[in-house]
Amino acid sequence: MSILSITKTLFKSMFHGPYTSAYPLQKKVFFDKTRGSVKINISDCIFCGICQRRCPTGAITVEKEDRAWRIERLRCIQCSYCTEVCPKKCLAMDGQYSSPSQGSIKDEYKDARVSGDQADH
Amino acid sequence: MAQQIINTILPDALLAQTQQLKNDGYRLAAISCTSKDDLELTYSFDKDYDLMSLRLHVTPDDAVESISGIYAFAFLYENEIRELFGAKIINISLDFNDNLYKTTVKTPFGVKKKEANDGE
Amino acid sequence: MGNRTIIPFGPQHPVLPEPIHLDLVLDDETVVEAIPSIGYIHRGLEKLVEKKDYLQYTYVAERICGICSFMHGMGYCMSVESIMGVEIPERAAFLRTMWAELSRLQSHFLWMGLLADAFGFESLFMHAWRVRERILDIFEQTTGGRVIFSVCDIGGVRKDANAQALDKILSVMDTLEAETKELTQVFLNDSSVKHRTCGLGMLSGQDAIALGAVGPMARASGVDLDMRKLGYAAYGKLSFEPVVETAGDCYARTAVRIREIFQSIDLIRQCVRLMPEGDVIVKVKGNPDGEYFTRLEQPRGEVIYYSKANGTKFLDRVRVRTPTFANIPALLETLKGCTLADVPVLILTIDPCISCTER
Repeated sequence: MSILSITKTLFKSMFHGPYTSAYPLQKKVFFDKTRGSVKINISDCIFCGICQRRCPTGAITVEKEDRAWRIERLRCIQCSYCTEVCPKKCLAMDGQYSSPSQGSIKDEYKDARVSGDQADH
Repeated sequence: MAQQIINTILPDALLAQTQQLKNDGYRLAAISCTSKDDLELTYSFDKDYDLMSLRLHVTPDDAVESISGIYAFAFLYENEIRELFGAKIINISLDFNDNLYKTTVKTPFGVKKKEANDGE
Repeated sequence: MGNRTIIPFGPQHPVLPEPIHLDLVLDDETVVEAIPSIGYIHRGLEKLVEKKDYLQYTYVAERICGICSFMHGMGYCMSVESIMGVEIPERAAFLRTMWAELSRLQSHFLWMGLLADAFGFESLFMHAWRVRERILDIFEQTTGGRVIFSVCDIGGVRKDANAQALDKILSVMDTLEAETKELTQVFLNDSSVKHRTCGLGMLSGQDAIALGAVGPMARASGVDLDMRKLGYAAYGKLSFEPVVETAGDCYARTAVRIREIFQSIDLIRQCVRLMPEGDVIVKVKGNPDGEYFTRLEQPRGEVIYYSKANGTKFLDRVRVRTPTFANIPALLETLKGCTLADVPVLILTIDPCISCTER
């Protein structure tokens, strides 16, 4: 017969204080491998479209003519498959998560340098 | 590594074979269904980590006798297969009458041709 | 003869986060019969295999369920690897085993918390989940995800854990073991907890076999059934014995899971100690052709992955028989004769995962 057997744990946590962190004030420290969101180094991208074809959810669209790389943030499942198949390794996972939203968040990246070159022609 | 045996049998032999396996001390591990041109039912049994499967090919119109009389808990698998694939399993001990899953489409995993007919 | 009433239980219920609906036929306070109906979160993930190629489906498979996500991905990968005859590197096998055991740990802690919540012991619930947080941090550090790891791939694993990370895991295991000992003695010894679990939902060993129960549900009734004994991944090289209790009531099911927590801690230590050096992934070429049944032990019991391939990159069929699906008939049987107030506790002791069940 044992009653109040949790007392020891309760006293410990009384002296320890909260185990949670005061989130907005205290920033969460991410680990190196944390898969938060996909980031792209657009100047290295060759717009081959492999990431678009391999993405399991179809979140990525690549347009070779516009030299544009688009991602729908809330469709992305952060599996990091695109970062592995990218032949130029210009895709990587960022620790920071994309911000919450009710609608869809579309991010577009355009290769300004190359489109500038094209404008010269 | 434990063995995996798949025996293809005729639908008529299902009950007798299942009873045989039950008498031998096998446990029903799963009933699976694959739909391609017809429905392929696979009854998997386990004993001492060996997997023994009975396989039968039926069309959605062929009646298949339920094995829930032998393995009582088969009713869940059989209701599921009937609802998702449209296999005609009859005499299930606890019959949900297609109300186990709440799907908007009837037999969503069923044979393609059949689905087109259902849509009419 | 009392009044017969039918009480609908679920799919939304304060203590049960899982969307299962039961029609409870009551004779006064006693449950006479329970009729289940599911299908509230049927997503047709098995059908999706026809649209996603076999490499992409790895990511779909692990999203079948958020708690045993790693083992779903692992089961799918193992079945495709068996069809293609791929031999994964030894280090990958050990890493998989380690992550699988860590998944079992976090799942059991989650379940302990939910059980405490079901019988109204809120602070115990909070403490179980506090301890669980340490494991989620290990996951984030080693795989990059806290819930969905996306780390299992056909041919091995996609991320390696370095020596530093493995040391960290060992040190966390030490603190975890001490904290778990302190916490679990509340579940095992406290009379108010025992009052709710002892003698409730008796399932004899014979019934467990006859109703097709698997996992801790069967093991608590004295049925020695643990798929890890098949020796998949690195389990063949580790020493362990399935945890078996004989009482068959809710207390025994609690005890089985608690003893499995210590077993998992031991298995993780063995894994880290025996971890060989080398590659973690082999390149996979071509498309699978054939069929295979893979069976593995999830936190909730035996899961069966059946894959059928036709030589193209799209599989014909992936079928997942999850442990909860096998445990529902046993649950319905044990519900008969219990009182209405005990229903949530009883349902929780099978550790239901309806997302798995419906796919």
